[in-house]
Amino acid sequence: MQVLQIPGRAALSMLSEIGRLSLFIGQAIFWLVRPPWYGRQILRQIIDIGYFSLPVVGLTTMFSGMVIALQSYTGTERFSAEGETSVATVVVLIITRELGPVLAGLMVAGRIGAAMAAEIGTMRVTDQIDALDTLSTRPMQYLIAPRVIAGTICLPFLVLIGDIIGVFGGYVIAVYQLGFSPSVYLSGTLEYLEAFDVIIGLIKAAVFGFIVAIMGCYFGYHSGRGAEGVGRATTNAVVYSAILILVFDFVITGFAFVR
Amino acid sequence: MMSDIKIQIRNLYKSFGSNKVLQGIDLDVHDGQSIAIIGASGTGKSVLLKCILGLIKPDSGSATVDGIETVGASRQTREDVLRKFGMLFQGGALFDSLPVWENIMFRFRQNNALSIDELRQVATDTLADVLLEERVLDLYPAELSGGMQKRVGLARAIADKPGILFFDEPTSGLDPITSGVINRLIRNAVDRLGATAMTISHDMNSVRQIADQVAMIHDRHIIWQGSVKDMETVDHPVVHQFVHGLPTGPLTKYAESI
Repeated sequence: MQVLQIPGRAALSMLSEIGRLSLFIGQAIFWLVRPPWYGRQILRQIIDIGYFSLPVVGLTTMFSGMVIALQSYTGTERFSAEGETSVATVVVLIITRELGPVLAGLMVAGRIGAAMAAEIGTMRVTDQIDALDTLSTRPMQYLIAPRVIAGTICLPFLVLIGDIIGVFGGYVIAVYQLGFSPSVYLSGTLEYLEAFDVIIGLIKAAVFGFIVAIMGCYFGYHSGRGAEGVGRATTNAVVYSAILILVFDFVITGFAFVR
Repeated sequence: MMSDIKIQIRNLYKSFGSNKVLQGIDLDVHDGQSIAIIGASGTGKSVLLKCILGLIKPDSGSATVDGIETVGASRQTREDVLRKFGMLFQGGALFDSLPVWENIMFRFRQNNALSIDELRQVATDTLADVLLEERVLDLYPAELSGGMQKRVGLARAIADKPGILFFDEPTSGLDPITSGVINRLIRNAVDRLGATAMTISHDMNSVRQIADQVAMIHDRHIIWQGSVKDMETVDHPVVHQFVHGLPTGPLTKYAESI
């Protein structure tokens, strides 16, 4: 019987964690839609998540666009002579549908999810969250809701800018290294691109932004005592955000593109 | 005149897993009284305080403030009760992202009742009450010494002149001189506001300066309650050892046995 204890305990612990996370998400959504809204907090988070993440997301998507251009050219060259059009199409579709939102999500998880968990975790261990409560301010409304709102709003904008930079990266490689004609490349970019591709990418981005903010806040809010507790909260926030981003990427892609 | 009971605790139990922290706590705090809860580290003093504030939910029992039950109270009732409180946390618990004046005026700021200039003026006046100069208004908590953080924490606690003040280890981590200053400021604030005060401490100098009444928690129960004067001559062996800081006695044996 002892053999069953370890997996049993692990399963119970996992179910308890899922239950606690579900309650937390429910409370976060409940307080998202109820006044008062803390405008200054929301603005501060929007600047943190949106503005300050722009360089890292821009760099990542630009290099991804460049790599996709090189890889798709060397790949399609083996079986097709129409490299110019196909490279442009492959770059724009992969960036808008997939890599733009996923890379931006992962980068923001590393940068912002970790910072949120560390900040809220530190507030927990130094009694700042209890202090908020005693000052008649609901921590879910003051700390969590602004971060979730900002994360969900900012990621789509980041991804939209990242998409443009990524496509530009592909363009630079295609035109200046592979010698493609700029006009042919641009028409190849636009010819097969549908609004639906971009919209799905942006929907993914909003979901990923929500995930990153919720996981950062959740692990920070339930951080253990001391520096070790905050460190573990930070790690968990990034790891679980990354896993959930990939899981939901698959789910949304399945719903959107598989008929 | 201290006939009105401000805070009443009855049969309060709290455990964390198998660790039983509080077992049947009964305590009355009268209006205008300043009571200190003493006891060794880990005896549940801060847990008791957080149970009264509703920050921790007790397993059973009752805690009332002005006759209003806080255990299991609705969020709105709790918020109404919390408006009567000012609280100084052990480490100050100042908000790192806000400057001193916004920390002090946090509750006012949420109400949007005053302009920025008015808020800063009230913050300046409150800072003067805790002997801090106007120049610290725009500093952030990380730029303050431990003693200054405690004073700003005290300023935040007394800013809207609450009727009840809670102090959690107000002198922990401070040198004796700064501790003396904090104790004096607390006593002055309590007297000036005519507030009911509850102080958690194991610093007996602090207790002697701040409190009128003392209650000692030991082995999950309140084992003694009396005046500060009686505390000095009490013949209860546990209280006597703790109050006089004796290295040997029943507390030492108890600590070794757990």
